Amino acid sequence: MNDASSARTLSYVTEAVPLAIAAHGMKKAFGDVRAVDGIDLEVPRGIIFAILGPNGAGKTTLMRMLATLARPDAGSATIMGHDLVQAPHKVREVIAMTGQFASLDEDLTGRENLMLLARLWGFRGRAAKARADDLLATFGLSDAATKQVKDYSGGMRRRLDIAASLVVTPDVLFLDEPTTGLDPKARKDVWAMIRGLADSGVTILLTTQYLEEADQLAARIAVIDHGKKIAEGTSRELKAATGSGVLHVALADPAHLDRAAAILESRLGHTVQRSTEGAELSILAGTAKAANEAVAVLVAEGIEPSDFSMGQPSLDEVFFALTGQPGSGESQKDESR
Amino acid sequence: MSETIVLRRPQKVARPARPSAISNALVFGWRAVLKFKHVPEQLFDLVMTPIMFTLLFTFVFGGALAGSPGDYLQFFLPGILVQTVVFNSVYSGMGLSTDLGKGLFDRFRSLPIWSLSPFAGLMVGDVLRHLIAGSIILGIGLILGYRPQEGFFGVVAAFALLIAIGFGVGWIFIVLGLLIRTPMTVMTIGFTFIFPLVFASNIMVDPGTMPGWLRAFVDVNPVSSMTTALRGLMDGGATLGQIGLALVAPIVLTAILAPTTVWLYLRR
Repeated sequence: MNDASSARTLSYVTEAVPLAIAAHGMKKAFGDVRAVDGIDLEVPRGIIFAILGPNGAGKTTLMRMLATLARPDAGSATIMGHDLVQAPHKVREVIAMTGQFASLDEDLTGRENLMLLARLWGFRGRAAKARADDLLATFGLSDAATKQVKDYSGGMRRRLDIAASLVVTPDVLFLDEPTTGLDPKARKDVWAMIRGLADSGVTILLTTQYLEEADQLAARIAVIDHGKKIAEGTSRELKAATGSGVLHVALADPAHLDRAAAILESRLGHTVQRSTEGAELSILAGTAKAANEAVAVLVAEGIEPSDFSMGQPSLDEVFFALTGQPGSGESQKDESR
Repeated sequence: MSETIVLRRPQKVARPARPSAISNALVFGWRAVLKFKHVPEQLFDLVMTPIMFTLLFTFVFGGALAGSPGDYLQFFLPGILVQTVVFNSVYSGMGLSTDLGKGLFDRFRSLPIWSLSPFAGLMVGDVLRHLIAGSIILGIGLILGYRPQEGFFGVVAAFALLIAIGFGVGWIFIVLGLLIRTPMTVMTIGFTFIFPLVFASNIMVDPGTMPGWLRAFVDVNPVSSMTTALRGLMDGGATLGQIGLALVAPIVLTAILAPTTVWLYLRR
């Protein structure tokens, strides 16, 4: 748990901070696919808010609507008090968006990419270059200032892409899957950057497929699937619904799977989920002690686990706990556009 | 691999005054110029085909077609300029398709700028490409013995017409670029329309020897009108009527496709 974020959540509850984003009944369909199917969202100012969901859940479409890139079929929203449909230009003054795929000009250098945006925002001549260099230094990219972006690593691209959203400090920053495809080190760097931004007062709405990311960063999390919001709360609240720990058991002999599942379910009082390969069982355990005892019973019954572990619930397990169904996983819907 | 990155906390930055639409457009023009700096190879793409055409037609076919390679070059050079500009109009559309596919335009569209300014940048890139490619082809023509009878000012007028032609034809590829996510497909589909227009024209030969049905097509083909006007401007005898006729297609294309572009781009 992130203590700072829970503190922010508390102040939100008690002081009723004005909303950065207020969206009601947002809908968007592509042909027959209802990508976003009636979502309400209230994001207080100054917090990190995560939208958690599998591929194809409608996260990107929702974010594109809020960033004025897609027109909602129905519903209304205000960003920092500006109406999304009536005053998109006003909204664009206060937001910035970093999309899922690095929205940079690969042929230009890092500095030129930032100078391009600085000039579009109205920095002139030397001021544009100074702003670009300042951002490059902030994001640890000074050494790569004159390198073409096509020669950047994935982590460098991501940092430059986020820097590009901060040429002018936005009130609301949209980050669409900011760490997808990054190695663990680069992911930690991006997380640190996002926290730093939030501390400086920027409201951040991010989408993610990773529960851990939402847990690490966000004061509030909305879980969406099939275009609908299925849960919302703090990380702690969601985990209370999910259970704090999940026991994973792999069996040496798959023939015992059914018997092992029955034993675990009767001991722990939850439903066992089987991995798609079938050799591993996962079940909410609540406490490590309860998990330990359940494994002991398996061994006493002559069922030998080849491996067992306690872990944070995966996104799939959160979905399972919230909906009783597995998440849609690698879904059929393409939400990239 | 274990690079240590020192990340500073981003500072809040005051907003500069909102720039004008023209200033926005100039920034995109600057981007087009930077592209020439970083991707100089594109110049090779721009002029390779027309240079090969010029050499092939002048020295291999020229004597048979016009009596001597020199006479043929005098006839052919204005036409190959038209062909160069028409073919090179594909680049804006391909670049647009690339940018859209990468999400670059999502960033531009989420900025509080004049929404059409990115297209101004495409136009700047187009004009530069046409001027550079045209100058190189003309230069090679001059080396091989081509002599514009109307002199310097004839050539300037001809280049002005070429840019108008490129501007008009460019919309075809920009619309395709907005509709199609793969740059190669933009090129293939575009060329499917443009090839017959370029080859069934009076660029390479006088249509006098063609069968009647083809000659009928060549006579109404806008590429023929453009070539006729350009020959007139460079070698003498251009009438206002010919120039007007050459401008019909660019004007019609712009009138129809520019609003289409705006509509396609702004619909969300």
